[in-house]
Amino acid sequence: MTDIASTTGTPAPSRSLHTNEAAKARLRARYAAERRFKWMGAGALAVSGIFLVLLLSTIVMEALPALRANYLVLPLDLSPAKVDPADPAAANYDDIVQEALLAKFPGVESRQDRRLVRGLISTGSGVYLRRQVESGDVPLGGTVELGVPLDDFADLYMKGLLADTGSVAPLEASVTPSGTEGDIELAFDDDRLVRLARGHGATEAEGGVLRLTGGADSFLIGLNGGTVKLTEIAPAPNGGAAGRGVVLQPLQSAQTAAADAASLRIIDTPEASRKISDREIVWLDALKQQGAIESRFNTIFFFTGASREPELAGIWSAVVGSFLTMVVTLALSFPIGVAAAIYLEEFAPKNRWTNLIEVNINNLAAVPSIVFGLLGLAVFLNWFGLPRSAPLVGGMVLSLMTLPIIIIASRAALRAVPPSIRDAALGVGASKVQTVFHHVLPLAMPGIMTGTILGMAHALGETAPLLMIGMVAFIVDIPGGFTDPATILPVQIFMWADFPEPGFQQKTSAAILILLAFLIIMNAAAVILRKRFERRW
Amino acid sequence: MGSLGATRETASDKSGQEQAMKKFLLTASAAALVTAASAGYAAARDQIQIVGSSTVFPFTTAVAERLGQTGQFKTPVVESTGTGGGIKLFCSGVGENTPDFTNASRAIKDSELETCKANGVTPVEIKVGFDGIVLANSKAGAAVDLTKEVIFKALAKNVVVDGQTVANPYVNWSDIDASLPNTKIEVLGPPPTSGTRDAFVELVMLEACQEEIKTANEDACSEIREDGAYVEAGENDNLIVQKLEANPNAFGIFGFSFLDQNADKLQGHKVDGVEPTFENIASGEYGVSRSLFVYAKKEHVGVIPGMEEFIAEYTSENAWGPDGYLADKGLIPLPDDERAQQAEDAKALKEMGS
Repeated sequence: MTDIASTTGTPAPSRSLHTNEAAKARLRARYAAERRFKWMGAGALAVSGIFLVLLLSTIVMEALPALRANYLVLPLDLSPAKVDPADPAAANYDDIVQEALLAKFPGVESRQDRRLVRGLISTGSGVYLRRQVESGDVPLGGTVELGVPLDDFADLYMKGLLADTGSVAPLEASVTPSGTEGDIELAFDDDRLVRLARGHGATEAEGGVLRLTGGADSFLIGLNGGTVKLTEIAPAPNGGAAGRGVVLQPLQSAQTAAADAASLRIIDTPEASRKISDREIVWLDALKQQGAIESRFNTIFFFTGASREPELAGIWSAVVGSFLTMVVTLALSFPIGVAAAIYLEEFAPKNRWTNLIEVNINNLAAVPSIVFGLLGLAVFLNWFGLPRSAPLVGGMVLSLMTLPIIIIASRAALRAVPPSIRDAALGVGASKVQTVFHHVLPLAMPGIMTGTILGMAHALGETAPLLMIGMVAFIVDIPGGFTDPATILPVQIFMWADFPEPGFQQKTSAAILILLAFLIIMNAAAVILRKRFERRW
Repeated sequence: MGSLGATRETASDKSGQEQAMKKFLLTASAAALVTAASAGYAAARDQIQIVGSSTVFPFTTAVAERLGQTGQFKTPVVESTGTGGGIKLFCSGVGENTPDFTNASRAIKDSELETCKANGVTPVEIKVGFDGIVLANSKAGAAVDLTKEVIFKALAKNVVVDGQTVANPYVNWSDIDASLPNTKIEVLGPPPTSGTRDAFVELVMLEACQEEIKTANEDACSEIREDGAYVEAGENDNLIVQKLEANPNAFGIFGFSFLDQNADKLQGHKVDGVEPTFENIASGEYGVSRSLFVYAKKEHVGVIPGMEEFIAEYTSENAWGPDGYLADKGLIPLPDDERAQQAEDAKALKEMGS
């Protein structure tokens, strides 16, 4: 080539078609395209990775507080006078808990305040105690120190999850109280508080008095071991300020507290628009200081059924419901699906009918799941007369949904078994059935099981088909059988996400984590089965 | 020799695997049999079934849980199917496969009552309380004083400007009324499938509907603008609450219980000069409120255990009274005398219209 080129007299910068400048440029472009594609692929992976990490970390961060719960430890009187050892179920546990609780607050007399005190602990405390006694974990016959769950808002406060709970700062003024209990007067040697109060929504009354009641933020003054809520403040002639307040927690003395011994806590939300009052905040802090509030692993969340009280709501009934539903789904869809796949793959003649069936199975796999729910309602409930909300029906509906997936996966697995196996078996005189069941099916089983597990994992996360058959319901009792009303994990998540109480938000995330854990376990099982038993030819 | 050994090994390997598979298949088919056996379900239902409105759902579930906690009865199963769907199921007949109660965020319609009666169902109406629909935003946003007319102008698809019916031209709140903040109109609210939306349309949009539009076409009053100022935020009110927190300029429309539970983050706005508080809704002063109902199936009382006790629990002062646990959940109680009357009628299983 070069010779010819040189003989023609043209100056030949390049020797060949593959090494001239144009070729180099083409090559560079090709390499660049490859690099671009690699970078784009890596970029796509990175973006999806970031989103996954973001999603998971948000859920985990949200869920963490739900793993622990705060309990108030009370000395509960379980003597025979209160709880008859022969018949512990008949005792009034609500009374026992409330008596012990009110004994913690000797100064609380009025009906309104007693109601507030009772609101500190869960309304289900009596039931919680009864269950503890019935389970035999609590010795009867004397006074027992036992923790009862805090109310949801108190629990959120202790976890620091409420919007505005204020922070404590030094008062920067000495203060003299006129008494230790009830409504008292306070004399400050500095008028900073007056300015502060004006900036926090205090209303001006006659004579320059600022009222901190109604729509103003809360000013809590800590002095002499107690807490006073400021209700009024006005500048005093001596350059200081005079105020009035309500004692929320009795003071130990009426002495003057020096500037560095008194503290001020401003809560930036008026008391009226908070779910936790100043009094409750002061009480909870005091209980915390006494060491009466314990943060424990949240066993209630893992081992009880649903509840309308966030502090009593648990995931166990949904886990059991999911398990029962999945058992039914597996028991129906696995044998039927595998049998259908074997027949279609190994025995059925290839004609237009089997083609039609094949197309329909493939189409079924793409049918929206709500359609199966409607079918379940029409056939299983209305025609067969099966009970509503039962895992039996739920499992049947979900198995309709997973059947096509299992059939398709099983057929692919059967097809992957090399014909030599079949030929060899038939060659030594095995019948068709023997060939399939002794040789082909066992070899295809890892693939079939992988497909089945993935189908089941898919079914585990479904809610739409169960909406129609009444499994999207509030069910407290833990189901004991296939016809008991039950709900499932994703439904529980959906319902918690919908409840107004903020305490359910953390529960929702924690339940999502549990569902994810189940899905990961199932997918991991599929991977392990494949790795362990898979054969390559 | 070597190759022979290898074949033998594979063979024994295979038979072991085969056996494991056989075992697995056996277990699976056994499980299928068990299922088939339990399908022979015939036992009488001993658990109350409740369907109906998602608005009443949080309250009915609380009562159901209390009934279950007494230990005498199984906890009733409460489904959230929506008011219309609930009544349809409820009225479909008498028998174990039909629900015993239905929740409703509106009174039963005459046509529904006729269907009920035709199927031999006698509903007993219990009015359990009120629910307010509030317009709220984040505490970080501006507090405004609204009227139904302003809300109509902000949200209607067509409004009247200078005597002409035109597609809603208002972009900012201040375009409607100079005293309102100069921010974009952005309202998150329920979709048309929701009972809250129905009630909102009925109580605000229809009432404040401008004469010119009403005379032209009555149905046009209930049309809500679709140009992005009104965002359908799905049935989940919690989602609206979270979006409001993130965007101080947006307003949300939802049930009072969500405002009540999130009072530290959200502020409700006055409508026609009345603030959406517990007291104002209870007294009927706050204009955007509706009644909530529970219907009991008279034919099932005495057949399904616990129905009378459930009614008694729902209508006890401890539950629906001003200091009851349902008030804590955001239900606004009926006035004292009406409550007493409703409780009496419910316990006597007084039929509707008699």
